[in-house]
Amino acid sequence: MYDALIGPFVEFEFMRRALVGAIALSLGGAPVGVFLMLRRMSLMGDAMAHAILPGAAAGYLLFGLALVPMTVGGIAAGFAVALTAGLVARFTMLKEDASLAAFYLISLALGVIIVSMRGSNVDLFRVLFGSVLALDDPTLILLAAITTVTLVALALLWRPLVLDSVDPGFLRSVSRSGAPSHLVFLGLVVLNLVAGFHALGTLLAVGLMMLPAIAARFWGRDVTALAAIAVGFGIASGYAGLVLSYNMETPSGPSIVLMAGVIYLVSLVFGPRGGLVPTYWPARHREA
Amino acid sequence: MSAVTIRDLTLGYDRHPAVHHLDGRIEEGAMLAVVGPNGAGKSTLLKGLAGAISPLSGAVEMTRSDRHAIAYLPQAAEIDRTFPITVFELVAMGMWRRTGLFGGLSRADRQAVDQALAAVGLTGFEARTIGTLSGGQLQRMLFARLLVQDARLILLDEPFTAIDAKTCADLLDLVRRWNAEKRTVVAVLHDMETVRQAFPQSLLLARRAIAWGPTDEVLTPENLLAARRMTEAFDDHAGICAEAA
Repeated sequence: MYDALIGPFVEFEFMRRALVGAIALSLGGAPVGVFLMLRRMSLMGDAMAHAILPGAAAGYLLFGLALVPMTVGGIAAGFAVALTAGLVARFTMLKEDASLAAFYLISLALGVIIVSMRGSNVDLFRVLFGSVLALDDPTLILLAAITTVTLVALALLWRPLVLDSVDPGFLRSVSRSGAPSHLVFLGLVVLNLVAGFHALGTLLAVGLMMLPAIAARFWGRDVTALAAIAVGFGIASGYAGLVLSYNMETPSGPSIVLMAGVIYLVSLVFGPRGGLVPTYWPARHREA
Repeated sequence: MSAVTIRDLTLGYDRHPAVHHLDGRIEEGAMLAVVGPNGAGKSTLLKGLAGAISPLSGAVEMTRSDRHAIAYLPQAAEIDRTFPITVFELVAMGMWRRTGLFGGLSRADRQAVDQALAAVGLTGFEARTIGTLSGGQLQRMLFARLLVQDARLILLDEPFTAIDAKTCADLLDLVRRWNAEKRTVVAVLHDMETVRQAFPQSLLLARRAIAWGPTDEVLTPENLLAARRMTEAFDDHAGICAEAA
């Protein structure tokens, strides 16, 4: 038991690093995911993750597999797409999902073309699925820094974000902070996706962001509880995924996301707030 | 002293006027009912007063401090009722002007929220999420938030539509209380009985003001008939209004 569950982390440094990386990703990404979900932007995370690709690919094309250029490129491309899509949605009649779909398709096509200009299959695999078992010091510091920025920003923006989600008309009537806080929030999405990109790759970067948040919806009563539960689910899937990957020799990134998926499926069936079992086989009702 | 002065105000959409060349004054502490047929520009006028839309021409004048102390309850509040937030927290959002973006709630603020919930008969609902409320309870909650906002000018757009008689009577009592506290209330209403009972002043609107003054002088059969003759549809080929100068 010890050998399977705790041993790997005591014995191997790369396992400890991977776990720390997963914890950092969950702490920042899961609360952002909760807001994405509550604002009906769950699919936007996925779109944005693809939008990061051309920037990261441009960094890769110029400098190879290096942390700084790929991070800067990814953030720049992500911001460009998020801001353009957000602005188009605010100031034209196009809804956010439509404008986002347009911009992310453009950047995805661009990204694939850039990657195809240089690159081995190993590198391509790493860009697509990440390298959670090969997180070096600078990458871990980057993940921790992004998490710190995210938590501070969320603490400051909490009230306008909640109000902009639940009653945007009222927010407009009392404050002009709706649009700026929305843009900062999009920035947080990009930052956390870039963090996820380093650990889990383009295709799975949203995994630790959205799955724990969506699973938490079946358990939490209000936003604060949802965020806390989502963080817990994220860390749990990080740990369980790494254990699974170590013992079954499965790829680590997909194992982590798969574990988050298992938590989601269990929540879907048994979650007390709208899960299948409590909804269709309710417990005996109360008197009042 | 007048709370709001409306000068030659035209409000509208795509250059089509929904409120056309309106002039008038709303006195401080007035209870003004805005009545008129569908499409008369009643909701548009409230949006204009609230500053949610800018005038096509003319102006809404009020003191700077008043402009920052308007409580506006739109006709169909854009509330996402599936959002997981408790009744207490949503009502506490009315404290925005005191707490701003970051400030916390003081003990006095929490008491004010509790008192507002008590005033609308929602004591015991604090920890309920808003998705579990009935339509009438939701409207009571929104009134509690208006109470917490503690505004000098309160704009209500059809606040009693699709609400049971008991809730309607309770909320109307709150409106009367605001009036007793010398707050200014402007309400769009459909039920003429309510208007005659509770609102001393009325504005009968059919894009232009048909009549504005004491309610019994405004709600005459001749005026109501004149209002009903207003054509509803915008004319896409209408010329430029000569008064627009």
